[in-house]
Amino acid sequence: MSISLNGSVGRGEFERTLKFSVADGEVLAVTGPNGSGKSTIIHTIAGLVPLRSGHLESDDAIWDVPDSQQWVAPENRTCAVVFQDLRLFPHMNVIANVSYGLRAHGVSKDEAHSRSTAVLARVGMSSFETRRPSELSGGERQRVALARALVVEPRVLLLDEPLSAVDVVSRAALRELLPEVLGSFAGATILVTHDQDDLEAIATRSLGLF
Amino acid sequence: MQTTAPERRQITAVSRPSDKAFQGVVTTGALSAFVVLALIAGFLFLRSTEVLRTFGFDFITRSKWDAGSVEDARAPQFGVAAMLLGSIIVSTMAMIFALPFVMGTSLFLEYYISRRIRFVLVSILDLMAAIPSIIYGLWGYLVLMPYASHWAASINKYFGWIPIFAVERENFDASPFVASLVLCLMILPIASSVTREVYSRAPQDQITAAYALGASRWGAIRAVVLPFGLSGLVGGMLLGLGRALGETIAVLLTLNLVFAVKFQVLASAGGNVASLIASRFGEAGPLELKALMAAGLVLFILTLLVNFGASIIVGRASRSTK
Repeated sequence: MSISLNGSVGRGEFERTLKFSVADGEVLAVTGPNGSGKSTIIHTIAGLVPLRSGHLESDDAIWDVPDSQQWVAPENRTCAVVFQDLRLFPHMNVIANVSYGLRAHGVSKDEAHSRSTAVLARVGMSSFETRRPSELSGGERQRVALARALVVEPRVLLLDEPLSAVDVVSRAALRELLPEVLGSFAGATILVTHDQDDLEAIATRSLGLF
Repeated sequence: MQTTAPERRQITAVSRPSDKAFQGVVTTGALSAFVVLALIAGFLFLRSTEVLRTFGFDFITRSKWDAGSVEDARAPQFGVAAMLLGSIIVSTMAMIFALPFVMGTSLFLEYYISRRIRFVLVSILDLMAAIPSIIYGLWGYLVLMPYASHWAASINKYFGWIPIFAVERENFDASPFVASLVLCLMILPIASSVTREVYSRAPQDQITAAYALGASRWGAIRAVVLPFGLSGLVGGMLLGLGRALGETIAVLLTLNLVFAVKFQVLASAGGNVASLIASRFGEAGPLELKALMAAGLVLFILTLLVNFGASIIVGRASRSTK
């Protein structure tokens, strides 16, 4: 499934007019300096921030057209987000965090558990299921956040600076892991980054906001 | 370029006079609360020593309350078991009735209505807290009781086989059920206010994370707001419990005081410690007055234990969401 945005995002001096689309299997890197509106694009596509004008649509549904007041709620968009600050639920253990999205979509507890276990294995976190986020390192938390987004099998994966909050060693490991995981991901990916190395290691093309 | 090291400075930790004055004010303020608490406990203990020494542990375990009579050669007997149990039953029932309303009200005000309507409704809710308890008591007696008696009769009809819903005589007026309904209304404002305040501080980033994973509004509330707000809910409910345990006049008007240990919540018999004190205080002789002070001491200790337990629960709940 492809996703296309043709319109403006952000407010006031941060408002930007953009036009791009991302197809299945593609990883579009959105780059630019701090304050250029990279994260706002992710939040707009996820439905957490309204599109200012224009239209945002996937190839099977219109997600946001402010002029005609068409808007799809976040929970009904077939996308998942890995936030820059991860936003794991601190009171849930790893398996509960990962299976949360599936349970929210009405998947049975047993099925959610088995699917979450499989995705945790893909990101190398099998032995951490019962730990809480506070008991994990930055790199481990990052992997859990990635698993949490992948497990709902989104058609569009939104990664907001996924390597910015980890140490150098974890960053190198994740930089190897991400292309591997995204290689087997069938949908479209939008990656926000300001790191040239991340861009070269992970993205298939890029969009600069300057 | 030639550089020179800065001169060594002497760093002291001497507070300024204004700091000392402020520290003195806040320390006095904090200590005065403990001093007042200790004075109340000391006063109650001193005034009740004679009764506690005379009746010993029986004062807690017996339920007969009789000031005695010289003419009938009847020795005084004092025990608060029935009233203590009544306090616990009525307050617990009020908490159970109030819990869904507190949660519903708090979530509705915080997450389901616009800011403008919220302001109006919160003002009305706060106003409820300012209504004197005598008004609640009169309303409970004159307006609520006829309906509540009818509800109690229905509960007894269908669930009378459960011991607590059984009655010996079919009189459902002035029962613990009626009193607890009135108390439920009385604790609703304070409990809702505390709970809503904590719910409003639920981390917005985690709520948006829940939305981004496909959660509905209720799903996000269940995953984030309710666990985060658990400490506030417990704190609010226990503040309400504190009020319910100590409530006097509303209970006195809506509950038939009977000095017998009873677990039947629909029967027209019950009591609580506070209403016992209020009902007997005016006509009590010197010894009975001391017995009422001892009853006050028991209520005081019960309230302290409840608050102590509450602070432990709140602390644990807060830690689990961090």
